[in-house]
Amino acid sequence: MSVDTATVAKIASLARIKVTEGELEAMVPELNGILNWVEQLGEVDTSNVEPMTAVIPNTLRLREDVVDADPLTGGGKREEVLANAPVAEHGFFGVPKVIE
Amino acid sequence: MSTYRIQGATGEWEVVIGLEVHAQVSSQAKLFSGAATEFGAEPNTQVALIDAAMPGMLPVPNKECIRQAVRTGMAINAQINKYSRFDRKNYFYADLPQGYQISQLYHPIVGEGELVIEADEKAGIPEDKVIGIERIHVEQDAGKLMHDQHPTMSYVDLNRVGVALMEIVSRPDMTSPAEAGAYLSKLRTILRYVGSCDGNMDQGSMRADVNVSVRKPGEELGTRTETKNVNSVRFVMQAIEHEAMRQVDVLEAGGKIVQETRLFDPNTGSTRSMRSKEDAHDYRYFPDPDLLPLILEDDFLEDCRNSLPELPDAKKARYETELGLSAYNAQVLTADVDTARWFERLLAETAKASGKAPAEVSKQAANWLISELFGALNKLGTSLEESPVTPEKGGDLLALIAKGTISGSAAKQVLEIMLDTGDEAEAIVEREGLKQESDTGAIEAEIDKVLAANADKVEQYKGGKVALFGFFVGQTMKAMKGKGNPQVVNEILKAKLG
Amino acid sequence: MTDLTELGVAQIRDGVKAGDFTAVEVAEAFNANVAAAQEALNAFIVATPEKALEAAQATDAKRAKGEDLGKMGGVPIGMKDLFATFDVQTTAASHILEGFKPQYESTVSQNLWNAGAGMLGKLNLDQFAMGSSNETSYFGNVISPWRKQGSNAQLAPGGSSGGSSAAVAARLAPAATGTDTGGSIRQPAAFTGTTGIKPTYGRCSRWGVVAFASSLDQAGPMAKDTRDCAIMLEAMAGFDPKDATSLDLPVPNWEELLSADLSGKTVGIPREYRMDGMDAEIVALWDQGVAWLKDAGAKVIDISLPHTKYALPTYYIIAPAEASSNLARYDGVRYGLRDLPEGANLQDMYAATRAAGFGEEVKRRILIGTYVLSAGFYDAYYTQAQKVRTLISQDFQKAFEECDVILAPTTPTPAFALGENVDDPLSMYLNDVFSVPASLAGLPAMSVPAGLSKDGLPLGLQIIGKSFDEQGVLNAGLALEARAQFTAKPEKWW
Repeated sequence: MSVDTATVAKIASLARIKVTEGELEAMVPELNGILNWVEQLGEVDTSNVEPMTAVIPNTLRLREDVVDADPLTGGGKREEVLANAPVAEHGFFGVPKVIE
Repeated sequence: MSTYRIQGATGEWEVVIGLEVHAQVSSQAKLFSGAATEFGAEPNTQVALIDAAMPGMLPVPNKECIRQAVRTGMAINAQINKYSRFDRKNYFYADLPQGYQISQLYHPIVGEGELVIEADEKAGIPEDKVIGIERIHVEQDAGKLMHDQHPTMSYVDLNRVGVALMEIVSRPDMTSPAEAGAYLSKLRTILRYVGSCDGNMDQGSMRADVNVSVRKPGEELGTRTETKNVNSVRFVMQAIEHEAMRQVDVLEAGGKIVQETRLFDPNTGSTRSMRSKEDAHDYRYFPDPDLLPLILEDDFLEDCRNSLPELPDAKKARYETELGLSAYNAQVLTADVDTARWFERLLAETAKASGKAPAEVSKQAANWLISELFGALNKLGTSLEESPVTPEKGGDLLALIAKGTISGSAAKQVLEIMLDTGDEAEAIVEREGLKQESDTGAIEAEIDKVLAANADKVEQYKGGKVALFGFFVGQTMKAMKGKGNPQVVNEILKAKLG
Repeated sequence: MTDLTELGVAQIRDGVKAGDFTAVEVAEAFNANVAAAQEALNAFIVATPEKALEAAQATDAKRAKGEDLGKMGGVPIGMKDLFATFDVQTTAASHILEGFKPQYESTVSQNLWNAGAGMLGKLNLDQFAMGSSNETSYFGNVISPWRKQGSNAQLAPGGSSGGSSAAVAARLAPAATGTDTGGSIRQPAAFTGTTGIKPTYGRCSRWGVVAFASSLDQAGPMAKDTRDCAIMLEAMAGFDPKDATSLDLPVPNWEELLSADLSGKTVGIPREYRMDGMDAEIVALWDQGVAWLKDAGAKVIDISLPHTKYALPTYYIIAPAEASSNLARYDGVRYGLRDLPEGANLQDMYAATRAAGFGEEVKRRILIGTYVLSAGFYDAYYTQAQKVRTLISQDFQKAFEECDVILAPTTPTPAFALGENVDDPLSMYLNDVFSVPASLAGLPAMSVPAGLSKDGLPLGLQIIGKSFDEQGVLNAGLALEARAQFTAKPEKWW
């Protein structure tokens, strides 16, 4: 499989990265080089192999249903949450108007 | 089989409906953070660092959310998957800080299940019907955008980000708006019984994505559309009706149905295309590498199962067989968990206060609750939950009737006063002098006086004018200022008049 | 008096404790080195001399009161700028996070401060830890303090933890944190004659570490020698309930249990790592390593890791896929850069912000990752890669039935010149050929400086161990170190 300019443009759009025509042109051979190289995995017989799920055998821990048990993972920290916002007003984040 | 059909110019059309219901899981904290889930807080005050997707923040799942999803699955007789995984659904939007929603695509926690919607002739559901449920998975809710607070900006509130949702996906087993409405109501009932969701549709705790397609009877399934985020039973029914008609119109005009996402407008009752969200969605689902596979242990499942309450279908059956209630009353009393709980407390209190077995007072309690209290509360514009008459007070009142202390009509008066003042039944009866006289000696004395004063009428009665019986009852009651126990009065009169 | 900046972690800790010098003296000495080298080496993105002094003063005060100074008491360190540090700019060497001041502290850095360490500053790295040469940093290259004999050409300090490796090699810090996703601790350590260990996946909490590829990222120490790594790893590691992948295991006393005696141990030599066209110097060093370990009492055997050649392609599917999703949060809404062209809507803003905020390599990997996860390609690329990853992991498991640790080179070449590989992403990726397999299997692995190339550049040997067996890795590392007697240092030219 190889990608063309249109495919790269579509991927860039999915990834929300604006690219110029020139950048697109340059990316096509680069990405194809990498993709062709990784495609050698296709030659490995994996018909009886499960995909890796946990690199170290371990299962998911669950936490108790307690609000703000640890300040680092709790809420009630609007100032900290908004501290780095490019635009914050009246306790909200501001973004360009969205028309739904 | 539903007989619902749309009459088109080219003949009859069937409607095929599937619902994806998003139900907010009842939990104190969010699915992956310790922030609170409470409704209506100040913007961005219930946001943890991970909810704002700060760099390096990691999710740790809330056990209660998992437990509630499992219990819900058990309540719909579903397969519980001991192995499940969380996946990332990737897309960009301002209400989704991570740029992905943590959901479960490949390995949901709950598999195939079902629920039964009850027959409802009037709604065109001739008999009970089983609706298949394909799966339930757990996922994160998104935030909220406000569009009308600033001329050029939308405001973003992340309070809802990461609140746990169950997505409950039905099979396309419904064939009329009424069936879809009944399914949603029944699902809501079950969720509220289980306690896994408060079912509060006004606050968005439950909302449905409605999949609709139409076809000529016997033909293959048509292309479906998905109407997003419909938040009441009535709106779901309206949306289906409108969308089915629209599809028929399109098809009969020679057009094609486009598989798309649509939006329901409650003001017009119609749906419209949501083109803005259509652009090239390719969600690139993959297992969330921050979260390991979720393995449910047997003792956890056992705890979940043991904590399940009696569910509505079982409860309804029990009310009919054990308590001897009519199917209608049993249905009314079990349709909502709060009503059923209220009724059961009332029943227990009545039995205790009257010294009788529950089955002996169950019909009385059911009738009183349905025809007296519901009506009265309705008039007051209040709900059972806020009723000034508690089950304890109601039980006391019903016991007074059962013991013959007050008459049925006096009980109505007492209820009015209780609703007004919140006083105990007994105190009201005492204060208002509503106690009826059941002492046979006292009644007999009054009757003797009445019969003596009306010797002519006694003669006429004995001569065959039996209609005069009512006259003697009336006179006796009058003499007793209405407090004679009518049953006792009748018995003594009958004995005396031969 | 000794030059305090020549000392390592253990020596500083012990010296401060013994009262040979104060923690403040140590911090001041390193602060001075940091400032003096900044222009030439560009190892730091932000220097925080006041933080280093503050911690040192606290240590000295504790000592005066006779209190316990902690595992890292009085030791100032460099912090890779991938770790969130409270109110101190944290950028992942990207433009998109320029100016971002976290209102939280990563678990690993907090553990270090709790252990008595102080922060000299935030170290430069490859942008979002994507790179092997430190050339993808938005804040400019780190220059290796090393130079080839008779050449002034600027060399790469390795990557992504290139600021860390350069700082330790140039005595700007006695130790530094690193993170390793596919070799980002071991490769820069090898390039700079320093020692670095990536522990078992899950040993160090990822909470507060800017994510690159979640299933691979693992923090670890970079220092002058094995003992210093053991000390620092003890301080960094530990169960963290905030990280669902964190290992709920006690932290062993690695330092105390260090032993260079490998009697009874078996070392495996993977034949697949002996690749065609391999640098003769590297092969020779590897053979020398075998001899050293035998000398330390180990039995040496040949082993096979048959899927080795597929490790890199596997890595270059999985890591970009995870990264493409992990980096979606950088959207100009809640923090960092926002680029809002005139009349742009929300989605335009995202595209413009991300175009301006991410460097070329980051974009390249996001695009690769987006592509391999996209509809129709997911199974062929991503699922296949996760299956091959299972095979790679099984290779190691089988090998570890026969041996205790594995010896291999860390890198296929010594440090290359800056600019040498920038136009060819693939040849840059090949740098990680020996380090990536252990990352994919989540195994502990370490690089120990073992010799010099003919041009006088450091070369490293890698020890790979069983899951949870950092001790085995450290002990083999110590055995190599004791025999390699690597004392070379870059001559100060900066």
